[in-house]
Amino acid sequence: MSENKNLVEGATGSWEIVLGLEIHAQVLSDAKLFSSAPTKFGAEQNTQVSLVDAAMPGMLPVINEECVRKAVRTGLGIKSKINLRSVFDRKNYFYPDLPQGYQISQFKYPIVGEGEIEIDLKGGATKRIGIERLHLEQDAGKSIHDQHPSLSYVDLNRSGVALMEIVSKPDMRSSEEAQAYVKKVRAILRYLGTCDGNMEEGSLRADVNVSVRRPGEPLGTRCEIKNVNSIRFIGQAIEHEARRQIDVLEDGGSVRLETRLFDPKKGVTRAMRSKEEAHDYRYFPDPDLLPLVISQEMVDALAADLPELPDEKKARFVREYGLSPYDAGVLVSEKVSAAFFESVASECDPKLAANWVTGEFFGALRKAGATIETSPVSAKQLGELINLISDDTLSGRIAKDVFEIMFETSDDAAKIVEERGLRQVTDLGAIEKVIDEIIAANPDKVEQVKAKPKLMGWFVGQVMKATGGKANPSSVNGLLSKKLGL
Amino acid sequence: MSVDENTVRGIARLARIAVSEEELAPLAKDMSAILDWVEQLGEVETDNVAPLTSVVEMEMKMREDIVQHENIQREVTQNAAVSEDGFFTVPKVIE
Amino acid sequence: MSDLTKLTLSDARAKLMSKEISAVELTQAHVEAVEAAVPLNAYVTPTFEKALDMAKASDERIAKGEAGSLEGLPLGIKDLFCTEGVRTTACSNILDEFTPTYESTVTSNLWRDGAVMLGKLNNDEFAMGSSNETSRFGPCINPWKASGSDADLVPGGSSGGSSTAVAAHLALGATATDTGGSIRQPASFTGTVGLKPTYGRCSRWGITAFASSLDQAGPITRSVRDAAIMLTSMSGHDAKDTTSVDIAVPDFEAALTGDIRGLKVGIPKEYRIEGMSTEIEKLWSDGIDWLKSAGAEIVNVSLPHTKYALPAYYIVAPAEASSNLARYDGVRYGLRVTGDNITEMYEKTRAAGFGDEVRRRILIGTYVLSAGYYDAYYIKAQKVRTLIAQDFAEAYKQVDVLLTPTTPTAAFAIGEKIDDPLSMYLNDVFTVPVNLAGLPGISIPAGLSSEGLPLGLQLIGRTFDEETLLRVAGVLEEAAGFNAEPSTWWRNK
Repeated sequence: MSENKNLVEGATGSWEIVLGLEIHAQVLSDAKLFSSAPTKFGAEQNTQVSLVDAAMPGMLPVINEECVRKAVRTGLGIKSKINLRSVFDRKNYFYPDLPQGYQISQFKYPIVGEGEIEIDLKGGATKRIGIERLHLEQDAGKSIHDQHPSLSYVDLNRSGVALMEIVSKPDMRSSEEAQAYVKKVRAILRYLGTCDGNMEEGSLRADVNVSVRRPGEPLGTRCEIKNVNSIRFIGQAIEHEARRQIDVLEDGGSVRLETRLFDPKKGVTRAMRSKEEAHDYRYFPDPDLLPLVISQEMVDALAADLPELPDEKKARFVREYGLSPYDAGVLVSEKVSAAFFESVASECDPKLAANWVTGEFFGALRKAGATIETSPVSAKQLGELINLISDDTLSGRIAKDVFEIMFETSDDAAKIVEERGLRQVTDLGAIEKVIDEIIAANPDKVEQVKAKPKLMGWFVGQVMKATGGKANPSSVNGLLSKKLGL
Repeated sequence: MSVDENTVRGIARLARIAVSEEELAPLAKDMSAILDWVEQLGEVETDNVAPLTSVVEMEMKMREDIVQHENIQREVTQNAAVSEDGFFTVPKVIE
Repeated sequence: MSDLTKLTLSDARAKLMSKEISAVELTQAHVEAVEAAVPLNAYVTPTFEKALDMAKASDERIAKGEAGSLEGLPLGIKDLFCTEGVRTTACSNILDEFTPTYESTVTSNLWRDGAVMLGKLNNDEFAMGSSNETSRFGPCINPWKASGSDADLVPGGSSGGSSTAVAAHLALGATATDTGGSIRQPASFTGTVGLKPTYGRCSRWGITAFASSLDQAGPITRSVRDAAIMLTSMSGHDAKDTTSVDIAVPDFEAALTGDIRGLKVGIPKEYRIEGMSTEIEKLWSDGIDWLKSAGAEIVNVSLPHTKYALPAYYIVAPAEASSNLARYDGVRYGLRVTGDNITEMYEKTRAAGFGDEVRRRILIGTYVLSAGYYDAYYIKAQKVRTLIAQDFAEAYKQVDVLLTPTTPTAAFAIGEKIDDPLSMYLNDVFTVPVNLAGLPGISIPAGLSSEGLPLGLQLIGRTFDEETLLRVAGVLEEAAGFNAEPSTWWRNK
């Protein structure tokens, strides 16, 4: 194992955080895993429930082939072994939103076995994280606890929706790595179109297993933080939980193996009351379902149909466009960003395109709370703007102003430049005239700059001011140096 | 006795069936008798035997991803002892 | 007793088709018979009005020449089958007044073919029992009495209501289910024909589950022909049940050729259990003689793991049941006993809702699946099950069907075994291996015990070869010539 640079200092020395994640990703399908009821989010309570989902007597599950295909597609995307034969088991426990009294899941023989993904860390570093397995299972319904003083309400709309549980190996060592892992898994799922990755609507949730140990020692007792539903919360939950465990251990206590919940309002984790009792899930093969057998041909066909995934795309961006691995990584982290970038780059210089997309463009979206889909500036428009920089029509600074106007008005760059007369002044004669005037009007500054060449910046500023920022900066610099004899 | 009263208490808890203290002893006796009797399976050599998964030799059929549904909120909830506004209700659960 | 209730299902069908009788008359006769048979406690939810409506519709279809294969034939339905708009309880308090909004596939098939529903029949709670004494509605009573005794006898179980209704002429036929013998053992106890098809032949959709890998629906009737007719309607692939097999349904009635010359009938030596009564021995050897005389070849075979079937069954069935019955939690349907918190509500509801035997099996099942015991019990039992299935597969390399007794004894008295689960379980010693291997089996009334009680012989067939099974059963039925009837003592009460 490589040396961990993410050690945490406690009062009695340093600690290593060990993290493993179980990601629950809702399979993008029209109907549920074992029933034909719809999966749409946000419907009125108990309206998307079939007799099977409500576990009426005598109801039986029938598997949705599309969910199987998407699980295999995902398995291929995370470079994992596909198991041609897998088995559905029943996980038995009582809970009001679990109508059958068991969840149909895959325990001993999952549809996807071991694999690995590469996560992107700060500064362009990467790290490989092992995948333990991926299995298909049913989602539970929803219990609502805050609508009535003494009752919980149960809505079974989600009951039976297909989930893929993706289990990592305990390979992560910091909250940053865990967050990068979730981002990467989410990106892969979105590239594959097997899950929409929407954490707010709960279609992607993570259970985080946290333990701490002294470097080099065996794994410590872990706590599982259930259902953390944003990347930011994952970071906060880990930070808090690791600190809590270190405090417990440094105070001479021991960590209890338990399930905890993260409270985003307080930023703390707490033990789940409903899980205090030791559970014994009594897994056994579901006798209502035969073993799931898929053909190698089906797997091959799905493999042949895989899209370019983030890692491959990143490598290609570096290779084809000459981008830095960091910029390439940022761009491929979302399928839509990568596609947007490629369409901008098809219009103009790719490196400039990368700078603009990751810089001004993302910044403006963030500020406006917009997304690429809702962006007022299209890829083509951005490409045209960048071309105006490349052909010296606009200076970089003016281009930023133009972009701001574009973002407000959705107008083309050329139109804005024309209407507002923002074309860059490259006429050396015109610039020279301005420079001469400034030199003549400021003899004291001219004296000073000879002793302190840094003061040339003041002259540049004056020229730009006088030309409304339209003067070509390199021409200004060249002429000034000559005139001032620097 | 394969199972004692404590075991019965634990199993009953797992199965969510209330069992009174007086019932524990007779249940332990009944369950032990049955479990002792099934112990005879230990005589069978099964080291190289696969557990049976299905008595019929066939592949599991799958269905297409097609929604076949009508809103049956009323049918789904009409047999419930209590329901409110289309929700099932239970005593408050503390997570 | 009305003459019309004495008809077999096939005779009644002929008379309906020739318009000699009407479906309404036939149904009315059965309604009266049921009303006069309250002491038997066979029907737990009669649906007479519905029956007469259905019969009227049948008469209309017959008149228009649109009759289905079961047109106008009144049947009883085991309370395990969900019936739309008709209370369905599996004879358990936990289902309270549950009224399904859907119809089981098997019963849908019957109604599609024109059959008439007389009502829901008694059974052991969730089909767990061999005497129909665990029903929430109280025991169903066998129409038969031992000679010289007035003691009430059990009709067998779990399909005791079905066997009683058919034996006492309270229906032309009845649906039943068989997890470890629940069709064949009650048939044997009441002098009726009970057919458990191959696992996967009939859809389980809409049948309250007991043990999913063993449950199978089938008919109880008064003749082999009637069983064949009902099975033809009941069976067929159902996309809603992944374990139902997608093969064509033959016309099972056409299989009854009466010709079994050259067929090989296996006699498994392991079924000659210790302490078997001489009258069962005699019955069995009579059966062997009858088939031999009909031209079949008798072959001695061995099913070496037979002895282990019952203990394996009493691990697998309760394990599956413990999980299948977890859905009865008071939340969405059925009984609910309030509690201060959710766990208390579950525990009180399930304590009040389940009877002793069901509770015992849920606890056993929970135990054998629990951490640390799963491999020793459940996996072990499933391995033994593999061996049992292999035993049968080996035997069927040599023979076409197997002949065995159905039960080790005739019907016993109410209360005789109810407090001794193990002795009750032993009733199913000859029937359970068939379920474990998923094979078809049929019980044929073959004689009377020294006390004048019916005794059955069981034939076991190859997977999905109900045709050969029925063919041999027809010959056995003919040879046995069983035509005894119980006295109608219940009518005088």
